Amino acid sequence: MNFFFEVLIGGLLSGVMYALVAIGFVLIYKASGVFNFAQGAMVYFAALTCVGVMDKLGVSLWIALPITVAVMIVLGLAIERVVLRPLVNQPEITLFMATIGLAFFIEGLAQLMFGAQVRKLELPIEDVPSQYLMDNYNILVSQFDIMAAAVCGLLVTTLALLFSKTRVGRALRAVADDHQAALAVGIPLQRIWAVLWAVAGIVALVAGLLWGARNGVQFALTFVALKALPVLILGGFTSMPGAIVGGLVIGASEKLAEVYIGPLVGGGIEGWFPYVLALLFLLVRPEGLFGEKIIRRI
Amino acid sequence: MLYREAGQFKTSYQADGQIFPILQDRIALLAMLAVAVVAVPLLASPYVLSAILIPFLIFSLAALGLNILTGYAGQLSLGTAAFMAVGAFASYNFILRIPGLPVLLAFVLGGLSAALVGIAFGLPSLRIRGFYLAAATLATQFFVVWCLTKIPYLTNYSTSGVITAQPIVILGYAFDTPDRKYLLVLAVVAVMALLAKNMIRSNVGRSWMAVRDMDVAAEVIGFRLMRTKLLAFAVSSFYCGVAGALYAYAYLGTVEPEAYNLDLSFRILFMIIIGGVGSVLGSFLGAAFIVLLPVLLNVVAHSLALPTSVASNLELMVFGALIIFFLIVEPHGLARLWQIGKEKLRLWPFPH
Amino acid sequence: MKRLASIIACITLAASGAAIAQPADQYIALPSYRVGPYAAGGSGFYGGIIDYFNLVNLSGGVNGVKISWEECETEYNPSRGVECYERLKTKNGGATLVEPLSTGVAYGILDRLAVDKIPMTMIGYGRSDAANGKVFPYVFPLITSYWNQAAAMIKYLGDKEGGMAKLKGKKIVHLYHDSAFGKEPLPVLEALAKQHGFELIKIPVTPPGSEQQSQWLQIRQARPDHVILWGWGSMNAVAIKTAQRNGFPREKILGVWWAGSEEDTVPTGDAAKGYSAMTFNTPGNYPVLDEIRKKLYDAGKGNMSDPARIGSVYHMRGVSAAILWVEAIRTAQEKFGKGKRITGEQMRWGLENLNVDEARQKAIGAFGMLPVVKTSCDDHEGSGAVKVQQWDGKKWNAITPNWIVGDKALTRKLLEESSAAYAAEKKITPACAK
Repeated sequence: MNFFFEVLIGGLLSGVMYALVAIGFVLIYKASGVFNFAQGAMVYFAALTCVGVMDKLGVSLWIALPITVAVMIVLGLAIERVVLRPLVNQPEITLFMATIGLAFFIEGLAQLMFGAQVRKLELPIEDVPSQYLMDNYNILVSQFDIMAAAVCGLLVTTLALLFSKTRVGRALRAVADDHQAALAVGIPLQRIWAVLWAVAGIVALVAGLLWGARNGVQFALTFVALKALPVLILGGFTSMPGAIVGGLVIGASEKLAEVYIGPLVGGGIEGWFPYVLALLFLLVRPEGLFGEKIIRRI
Repeated sequence: MLYREAGQFKTSYQADGQIFPILQDRIALLAMLAVAVVAVPLLASPYVLSAILIPFLIFSLAALGLNILTGYAGQLSLGTAAFMAVGAFASYNFILRIPGLPVLLAFVLGGLSAALVGIAFGLPSLRIRGFYLAAATLATQFFVVWCLTKIPYLTNYSTSGVITAQPIVILGYAFDTPDRKYLLVLAVVAVMALLAKNMIRSNVGRSWMAVRDMDVAAEVIGFRLMRTKLLAFAVSSFYCGVAGALYAYAYLGTVEPEAYNLDLSFRILFMIIIGGVGSVLGSFLGAAFIVLLPVLLNVVAHSLALPTSVASNLELMVFGALIIFFLIVEPHGLARLWQIGKEKLRLWPFPH
Repeated sequence: MKRLASIIACITLAASGAAIAQPADQYIALPSYRVGPYAAGGSGFYGGIIDYFNLVNLSGGVNGVKISWEECETEYNPSRGVECYERLKTKNGGATLVEPLSTGVAYGILDRLAVDKIPMTMIGYGRSDAANGKVFPYVFPLITSYWNQAAAMIKYLGDKEGGMAKLKGKKIVHLYHDSAFGKEPLPVLEALAKQHGFELIKIPVTPPGSEQQSQWLQIRQARPDHVILWGWGSMNAVAIKTAQRNGFPREKILGVWWAGSEEDTVPTGDAAKGYSAMTFNTPGNYPVLDEIRKKLYDAGKGNMSDPARIGSVYHMRGVSAAILWVEAIRTAQEKFGKGKRITGEQMRWGLENLNVDEARQKAIGAFGMLPVVKTSCDDHEGSGAVKVQQWDGKKWNAITPNWIVGDKALTRKLLEESSAAYAAEKKITPACAK
């Protein structure tokens, strides 16, 4: 029974990590309708910039962080200006393709600037099983994962507060609701989108730091974005709590399936199981758990 | 002045409804085919034949398949490579287990197997649309490749899970040199492209386009959505399956399931976006662009004597930047540029 | 039509023959990868190769014939690899050797080699049955193939337990990259499991393997005595970290040599201490590496951007590969003409008649860096020996003083069966090439 809980909790915590990346997607999709495929590349770029700055300038993590934040903000502004503004009224698929092109560009840029070797990223918390839980409950859970879950919760709370309590947040929500109406009441659309991409960049940085500390900063970080897709489908593309719930469900079910069903069919089902699960879910509820109901008019 | 319809009168419905109504177009197409069939095998080096033209043709076929599904029927799909894999492995198994089966028939059977898989995984399209459908097709991609890796029967119990394509022999004539393979691939692609073009102009194609534009309205006026969408998946997967079989038999030779991974699906999606969504010519133009661009970048980088790591990273960056550039400048792709060119040519030498 | 074609062909041939004089350089094609998920390994390996080539060229090349090469970015993609091969093979008078460092690309090129008469080496990877030179005359899985590596792993684990008989009843997990690469050693492992009575538990990891929590939980539940990590790329660092996260002792993990480099251990921080992996190079410093440092990097002519990587696992692998090739060129020149550029066929002969023994290694300045490599028509592998190295947190140290060889009789039997099946499928009559 203990083992089952270990698998479940481990799964839930991995799910939180997926949700971290998914939040970046939701942010951008909610406010501008763009499905930002480059989010994975941004996660990689952020993590690589952080360790790259630490290596090249020889500074500690706490000094490299603000520098990286600045870089991500500049990147966000550049993306909005160069890629999105010229494509403003194009169909969704064109914008999607543009973000794929952007992903390639950012990956190449990151490797050009900092080199392709795998790098170590050390955060103050070590990735070992929590002694406390081990001793008292005989359950093995990594203390790093617990911290990551806490960070994720903090991030979501901050974003939720940003959206509901500040002026910028209100403007973001207005833009998400209706671009034209927002323009009509005088909200500067371009500036809001620039803020949006900068915030998405910072979210990518947080995700990049946690994933990089977990797995090492390497090219495979870009593939984490793919895992975020079933999370988004389950949770709905436009909902942040949906991203969290989706992440938890996907993480837990993926691990449970791999451990209990996997050996029966030869293993390795983790690759497609979240997608098939999301697919089956969609057949029942096409807009996801918390997504907006799609109304189509003729 | 040269490209004019003046003087070309159609006297029958058949003549009016042909694919290339303008005589100059027909002449140009026949000339191009003549060059492709006669001159190219004679003059092109084996490198150009086997590393540029054959993959170009195979990818055009796959891009055509995806264009039918995404461009004409409006169902966004990221699982193209999976259908190609089904085609390749199915053809391999048919030739292996039915001795004496003609190779072309094996390709057709491989395509039909891919079509069946396409119908199975196209069922969700009846409930889901847009990005959600794209994510659902990702399920296809990962699941199919997983199946091919896990079921040893499909790779003939090969220890490392790869299949070695049997030599292509048709009526005793072996297709083993680059120019013979090229001609075989050219023939298959030409025939299937013609079929696709005709299918698109027919009732079937119109039903697809109606579904693409507004499927609710299409259903209202009487199109059977299930039949239309599943037919689109079936035909598209058939094309991708044949392309996949050709990829294994006429290009790589030995192939593992990982060769048909997500990266390949994205490449084919790029091809139709850059070439032009919803256009047969666009599939070919896009395939040419995607096949030639890395080669070109590689050659340019080499001639500038850049260190290889810098050159490789610049390649990625240039690729991404070019895609964005293309989407900004001409979102309907190269085919639209071609169309604009043709329209200007009709007025030439007059400006308007 | 045929006559016209042949006339045109004759004219073109004559023109090309007259225009291009026979080049003096020995040209080798290197379809490499320096971007993408495996770039770190690629840059180290090809860096090592090019460094050794430059070193040899500094002293005038092989009997006066300098080595030239050209790289082409494959991004570890089979389709691009084939395109690179086709483009590079006819340049500079024709390539005389190719090494793609990728199983996918190697498979794509395999069928073209005999037609183009260009030998291909697969240093420490690729299909193990290619060691049978009668069926694969142009393919050389040099030093040690995957099957022999797996057999040696079991031998090492058996020795660790106190003898092969002690393996009976033990549990060994094979944690593998779920692809052709990961499944390659299964026939050997399963045969040895039956033979020695240990339980083999197979746990696949979906590529690229960035999430392995469920696999390691399963491992923890199974409580195995050893874990064989047969991974590649990002899967390795993730495996080590996940093992740490689940409290599994790294001393019990033995990695394949694509999971045993600095690129795999450094990013894990302290987690990899005690982790061991297979290698076909003895870690340490060698005179040849010192020469590379002095003559190339100090003069600014080194290929890698970070000179600290000299002597790293991938760099040494590249240097070993280049050493074997240069020895093959030398051997071929002894037979076909010293001081002359040799053709692909002659290079093939050179690779088939390699004898890099200890005396030769001493002369090169690489004594002990790699095992003795002696090839023949029946044995395109040449060695089959391995060592085990362990990571101490800062560098790799060899923990087996001598070279280990596994059950070669078993692997030979499997090899013959597998290559016979391939020959039957491709309708090849096995025979030694001239």
